[in-house]
Parts: sequence; structure tokens; C-alpha cells
Amino acid sequence: MARVVFTSNLRQHVSCPEVSAPGGTVREVLDGVFASNERLRGYVLDDQGELRRHMNVFVDGAMAQDRRHLSDPVGPQSQVYVMQALSGG
Amino acid sequence: MNDQIWVATRKGVFEILRSKAGWRIAKVHFPAQNASMVLHDRRDGALYAALGHGHFGVKLHRSLDGGVKWEEIKAPAYPPKPEGEEWKTWGGKPVPYNLELVWELAAGGADEPGTVWCGTIPGGLFRTRDRGDSWDLIESLWNHPSRTKWFGGGAEFPGIHSVRVHPKDSRHVTVGISCAGIWITRDGGATWTNDGKGMRAEFVPPEHAYSMVVQDPHLLVQSPADPKVLWVQHHNGMFRSGDGGANWTEITDVKPSVFGFAVAAHPKERDTAWFVPAQKDEHRVPVSGQVVVTRTRDGGKSFETLRKGLPQEHAYDLVFRHGLDVDGSGNRLAFGSTTGSLWVSEDQGDSWQTVSEHLPPVYCVRFGKG
Repeated sequence: MARVVFTSNLRQHVSCPEVSAPGGTVREVLDGVFASNERLRGYVLDDQGELRRHMNVFVDGAMAQDRRHLSDPVGPQSQVYVMQALSGG
Repeated sequence: MNDQIWVATRKGVFEILRSKAGWRIAKVHFPAQNASMVLHDRRDGALYAALGHGHFGVKLHRSLDGGVKWEEIKAPAYPPKPEGEEWKTWGGKPVPYNLELVWELAAGGADEPGTVWCGTIPGGLFRTRDRGDSWDLIESLWNHPSRTKWFGGGAEFPGIHSVRVHPKDSRHVTVGISCAGIWITRDGGATWTNDGKGMRAEFVPPEHAYSMVVQDPHLLVQSPADPKVLWVQHHNGMFRSGDGGANWTEITDVKPSVFGFAVAAHPKERDTAWFVPAQKDEHRVPVSGQVVVTRTRDGGKSFETLRKGLPQEHAYDLVFRHGLDVDGSGNRLAFGSTTGSLWVSEDQGDSWQTVSEHLPPVYCVRFGKG
């Protein structure tokens, strides 16, 4: 299972501990996390289910490219980081 | 009279209380968070606060105990964007199906407890029937064919900032949109008309100046004393309607300026209203560095300039559209500025006292409980 870490800046708004989640893509992994933490979904994804404009996801150090479908592959030992983009100020 | 004021700012929601010692900041709610809007629902005492977290999106919070405890509730969400659809503004910008800003929260009528209206950017009007547990997009307005003529005013995309529920008919709602003018429903949001005959826009070529859908009402208010009377502080002037919004008369020759954002209507006197003027459009600061409020008591025929207790030199306070409010008695007013000043009057604006000069930029001022 992939290890998923959320930016610490999110903690003031919503519970988001480091978790392990199954899945072969960023979408599958995040859906697995949100299934038990629904409120967190809206902080990371927008109304259309796409990655928020000023958020980034890194998979094993590479920035995920598919912000709409979140189809970037994730391996069973992957490290997934959900971070703020500096574009958001 | 109301002894409590809620102030939404760039860095938190401030609760202001009046005690024997005067008005003071009693508590900061959501410290350091960007709060675009706050509503105290006088029907049931519920409080609502809208926060814009930037990276993490727009969130709504509700308190049912006067602000002791807040809970995050569902924020209005736009429906899935239909495949192949591309709604563009008049200027050709594709409009996102995403909540970008809560620009208005307005309580429904006395006969519909739990109903709250929410105006947003990029132009969606939402309504809850259950105090924010769930929200519905008013699709009849969102999908109106005219929306290809809508465009942003003060923002990249259109925004709904004024929702006025008729005090005697909850199904009759008047809405102000920047920029799409004045919209009225008489059937609870099922159908809408674009009204505003007589409004004039300087920011479009002359052939469009009187088009009702291009108008930029900065704020629309309704007289509780006579709901046929509506006031608008418009992008390039001040307007009044005496027939519920169908026809408008421009108010001219008001000193020091007809430009501004905020307007408030007296709750009991139909001909009394207050505005906070500024040097027009390209400057957006108080005229001559002097903060003043203008008041009419005769339906806009004449105005007094009120300045007692307000800074009269080197003041650069701009008052945004939701930055002025009047209480239920009509005697108390409060307004807050972009440079963090907050003033209160207890004599209908004749004189003012300073509550603070050091708040974060003020977005919304609303009287709370009485």
C-alpha cells in the first residue's frame, strides 16, 4: 500500500494523519483515503473532483501531471505527498 | 437596538459587543482565516461564516450557540460540468464549475425557517432549506440563456452579491449580479426576469449603456418599510427604484461623489438611506482623504454629508460593498474599511465613534443579536 502524507498546513482545518492506502493511481489512492475521511476530499479536490488549482501531488518525488483524472500511476511501495503549490501564495 | 456586530475580515471574524464602557472587540473567531461573509440569522440566531482558504477552497461554518462552538457544514458545490459544455462570459472566458467565493449569505423569509440564500462567484445562486446541511444550485438562473452576456465585475467571473427576500412574500426575491444587473423571481426561484430599466453603464460602448444585463450594481438593498423601494450603489452612480426594481432613477449631483460600494436602507423610513462615497473607479479612496457617509431622508432628492467623528485628513479607507450595516432600529450604523477601521454611530450617522483602526481588511459588517 502507498504511504500518503498531507501538508501540515492542512491540519489546522481538517484531520489528515499520514495513512497507508491501496490503489494503482493517484485517484484510487486518494479515494481510499477520503472514503474514511470525507471532509478531507473538499480540501484537496474541487467541485469537479479535480486537483485544486493551488495543490500539487508528488508520487515518489515526481509531480503528478494529470490534475483532472489523477491517473498518474502509484506503486505498492510509493510515497504520495499532497502539498500546497506556491502558486497559491 | 442591536448591541452586537459581526465583522468578517481578511484575517478572521470579529465579534463586537456594546457594554457600558462602549463598543469593544469581544472575541476573534477563526483567527487569521480569510472570512468573506458572515450572517447572523435573526429568525433563529444561527450564525454562518464563509472562509476562503485559498489552496484548500471555500468552506462554510455554522454555530447554533451564538459562536461558542462552530461546525463545518457543507459548502455549496457546483454540479458536474456537462460534457462538451463551454459557457463563456461575454468576454470569452470559460466559466469554471467551481465555488470560488461566497459573496452573499441572506436569510430566507419569516415563514421558511432554515432557508438561507448564498450568492457566489462564478455566478451561481444556491439555497438551503436545512440551515446549510445541504445546498441546491438554482439552475433556472445558472442556466439562463442570457448568461453568455454575463461577465466579471471586481472579479474574473460573474458574482452574486445581493439577495433580497421580500419581507411579505418569501417567493419574491431580488438579486444583484456583477455583472448581469438586477434579477427578480416571484415564484421562489423557478423563473427569473432581468430588470433594471433606466440603469446606465459607463463601462461599455454607448449602444450597450442601457442594456439591463450589463449593469454592475455594486450592492442592492431593499427598504423593509416599503419593499417597492430599492437602492443600488452602482459602478458608475447611485440609483433608486420605487416600483420594485422594474424602473430606476439615477441619483446625480451628490457630494462628494456618486461612486462607492456600500448602501444601507433604513428599516422603518422608506425614504432614508446611507451611502459611503469614494473617489471614482480609477482611484477608490475617500475624496480628499476624508471619510464621510452620505444620507438622504427624502428618497434621494437631497443628501447630507456626515463626517463627525470620522477621519478628515489622509484617510485611505475604502468601504467594500458589504462593509456597511444598519440595525433593526435604524439608529445604529456600523461600517468597516479596507484599512481596518471600524466605526459605529448611534444617532443615524450624525456622529461616529471609532471601534478600531487596526483590524484586518474588512469585507462584511453585520449587526447581530439585539
